[in-house]
Amino acid sequence: MCGIVGLFIKNPELQKNLGKYLSNMLIQMTERGPDSTGVAIYRDPVELGWTKLTLLGPEGDYSWEGLNRNLSAIFGDDYELNLQCDQAVLKVSTDSVSAQTWIHEKHPELRINGAGEAIEIFKAKGTPAGFVENFNLGSFHGSHALGHTRMATESAVTTEHSHPFSTGADLCLVHNGSLSNHNQLREELRREGITFQTDNDSEVAAGYLAWRMREGDSLDTSLKNALSDLDGFYTFAVGTKDGFAVLVDPIGCKPGVMAETDDWAAMSSEFRAIATLPGANDAKIWEPVPSRIYSWSGA
Amino acid sequence: MKTFNLENSTVRDLNQALHQSSAEKGEFLVGNPGGKHSIAVGAMYNTTVMIDGHVGYYCGGMNQNAAITVNGNAGSGCAENIMSGSVLIKGNASQYCAATGHGGLVVVEGDTSSRCGISMKGVDIVVGGSIGNLSGFMAQSGCLVVCGDVGEALGDSAYEARFYIGGNVASLGADCIEKKIEDEHITQLQNLLRQAGMESIDISKFRRYGSGRKLYNFNIDNAGDY
Amino acid sequence: MSEKDNFKSRLRPSHSFPPHVVAEIQRAAAEGIYDIRGAGAKRTIPTFDDLLFLGASMSRYPLEGYRERCDTNVVLGTRFAQKPIELKIPITIAGMSFGALSAQAKESLGRGASAMGTSTTTGDGGMTVEERGHSKTLVYQYLPSRYGMNPDDLRKADAIEVVVGQGAKPGGGGMLLGQKISDRVAQMRNLPKGIDQRSACRHPDWTGPDDLEIKISELREITDWQVPIYVKVGATRTFFDTTLAVKAGADVIVVDGMQGGTAATQDIFIEHVGIPTLPATRLAVEALKELNMHRKVQLIVSGGIRNGADVAKALAMGADAVSIGTAAMIALGDNSPKFEKEYNELGTSAGYYDDYQDGLDPSGISTQDPVLSSRLDPELGGRKIANYLNCMTLELQTLARACGKSHVHNLEPEDMVALTIEAAAMAKIPLAGTDWVPGQSF
Repeated sequence: MCGIVGLFIKNPELQKNLGKYLSNMLIQMTERGPDSTGVAIYRDPVELGWTKLTLLGPEGDYSWEGLNRNLSAIFGDDYELNLQCDQAVLKVSTDSVSAQTWIHEKHPELRINGAGEAIEIFKAKGTPAGFVENFNLGSFHGSHALGHTRMATESAVTTEHSHPFSTGADLCLVHNGSLSNHNQLREELRREGITFQTDNDSEVAAGYLAWRMREGDSLDTSLKNALSDLDGFYTFAVGTKDGFAVLVDPIGCKPGVMAETDDWAAMSSEFRAIATLPGANDAKIWEPVPSRIYSWSGA
Repeated sequence: MKTFNLENSTVRDLNQALHQSSAEKGEFLVGNPGGKHSIAVGAMYNTTVMIDGHVGYYCGGMNQNAAITVNGNAGSGCAENIMSGSVLIKGNASQYCAATGHGGLVVVEGDTSSRCGISMKGVDIVVGGSIGNLSGFMAQSGCLVVCGDVGEALGDSAYEARFYIGGNVASLGADCIEKKIEDEHITQLQNLLRQAGMESIDISKFRRYGSGRKLYNFNIDNAGDY
Repeated sequence: MSEKDNFKSRLRPSHSFPPHVVAEIQRAAAEGIYDIRGAGAKRTIPTFDDLLFLGASMSRYPLEGYRERCDTNVVLGTRFAQKPIELKIPITIAGMSFGALSAQAKESLGRGASAMGTSTTTGDGGMTVEERGHSKTLVYQYLPSRYGMNPDDLRKADAIEVVVGQGAKPGGGGMLLGQKISDRVAQMRNLPKGIDQRSACRHPDWTGPDDLEIKISELREITDWQVPIYVKVGATRTFFDTTLAVKAGADVIVVDGMQGGTAATQDIFIEHVGIPTLPATRLAVEALKELNMHRKVQLIVSGGIRNGADVAKALAMGADAVSIGTAAMIALGDNSPKFEKEYNELGTSAGYYDDYQDGLDPSGISTQDPVLSSRLDPELGGRKIANYLNCMTLELQTLARACGKSHVHNLEPEDMVALTIEAAAMAKIPLAGTDWVPGQSF
């Protein structure tokens, strides 16, 4: 059980405040998700032929020097590595598959939390307030973002088990609720070649979407199929390169509020997170209807 | 007149004040609710509470005697288990509005989402807009009046509560049927709309729904309805 | 004797289709609906009987009875409440509704519990004036049905117990036949008289521990943070449930094992869902310890507690208190042999009667019938309950003293051994005479 938030900036002049707004929203979600915090920020899209990866270093003292040297040797100046706490954003001039393969081979100690052109995914154990401070989240700019605060239900509290789960290039998922058929589904998805790092139910939902989209379904069709293939209670927010989508399961018991002004569109588990946004009191406010897909896009 | 600014004072302070005998005939003005939860819960006295802004979950929960107005939207479980008095939401209300309410009046001028009046036990609810799925689920008694439309499965497994609907009903729940409107129903409906300040609504298009009472005692032929 | 007369010695009982299963299949074919009954699981499962205490030895010295104290008091709700509950003994009476039980039965429980300095609990139907009057300490249940729920009673309660589930039917709901909806019960529950009662399986206005946290907060606000809030779960994924209840803000966790009784639910539910009290106790304690909340959030376990040995073992495993339901009814006279003739007329026998839902209980306990319920004299009933609680407490102290404890809360898992492999695995207590716990290396 958890808190989820999504924010899409419509007014380009406010993109510099994305991190500040997101921080305030996340902190409102602390009580319903005290175990860990995670965000997916979409910003600074890389140029054609480049890839962006978010890397999680192993626990304990880790020096990124080794990675730096290896990258320099292969790519010369055609890469950029920016450290964020115990995580790093790598921009590199090669395609996503090659980049990920290279990391898996040369640096198996690193986990890849996000891959694509614009997405950056950071997650850590602990409360939103700590997260905001450690990652200096308030200073981030960007076009849109998803956030998650976790209250672990059935799987462990670790960084790997935290949301957002990345489902494919520039794709991610945050989830509030509890699935009931994820164990079976995980086995089926494994047979389809999808890999999982945890026993977390939300990761299965993310893997399911990745599978459908790999098979050629649009995000919309994948989410429609999810309604019949995923069983349980959920409010999902799915991030894409251009925006985000929201879906509530047919029974519709987990909460969700959406709001929109000329400057932004947002969703959250509780209104008080949205209340922190400028102009929230006069925003158009509504609730997602079960089984209906809502989406915003800058494309 | 007592003023509470929830940006600097706590919901605790507000509720504590509401539970003092000095709240009898008192007027409370609450500003900057910012979607906080449990605002003005457990009221005991004849207090007027005006809340300026949007509230979170359970606003007016277990209300007794007080008259609460929210000049904004309300979150889940607004006026849950209300015993008496009134709660008025000028905007929209979320899920489970007036859940298990035992008495009093709950008015929502906008829409509510799903499960409006779930398990209601005597409360009267009047909604100016539309309501969502599974409303009136297991509704035992009281009246639910909706001027707009209703989502899927209205009145599923309801007992003796009455539903007066002005707009379209997407579908009826298990053992909920349309019932004839007689004079006593018209009087009741007019009375409720008047109490809600909606007397100008045209009641000619209203229809009445309620329990078919087929699930009152088990019959194997109804097994599909469970 | 002829060949035909000798047939009885050739009869081979079927393990898969014994007589009671045959009877049940034929009943289902006749009625077309699941069988509904009361009481708890009757199947054979590992219980506290499979654990033994080590007692005193050359290295551990016992305490003298009487002269050397063995205290039994417990405080519940120290985490957040302004007024935690202090009990003289670590045995409480579990939630049973007025409606399921007669008014006389509820009054008896109140009298007996109060005499022994412990609490009773309301059930699915609300608080009666009699129960509040006769119970010095009363826990008020907050259930999915919300029958009779009101803030006045909430404020009169000494604690509030949010019921997520119970051991007999974790996740239960659906339709229950033949409920005892008399005039008074109908009025309290706001239902038409004599109809079948439908039960909700989830709370109407929250789903999930994240929203439960907000609900608990609301209950605290309504009662000005005075009283402890318990969260009760039926034993299933008990480790996660305990963790989540703590995170949702509970003061006390109540875990009800699958043996726990009920007034009425589907037999298939009672027998096939949930885990026994033995592993549930261990899981709950493990979760509390991992959160560093053991003894800070108190744990009450229930489900098949029968005697002082069960109490002692539950406490030794780390519980702070236990709750009794079925045992309390039996102490009052449920299934007493003196009603054998009437049990036979009902198609059953003393010791087997479990059709509480019919409301025809000869002992006057699980009925609303005025004639039957008048058989139970509440004063005498109160004395029986007090006697039974007293006996269990003395048994508890006897065992604790033998283990050298001056307070029953000092009983610990290392005071015990297991008799079977299943019990050893479930309780994580070594098999007697060995160091072995299945699943753990030597």
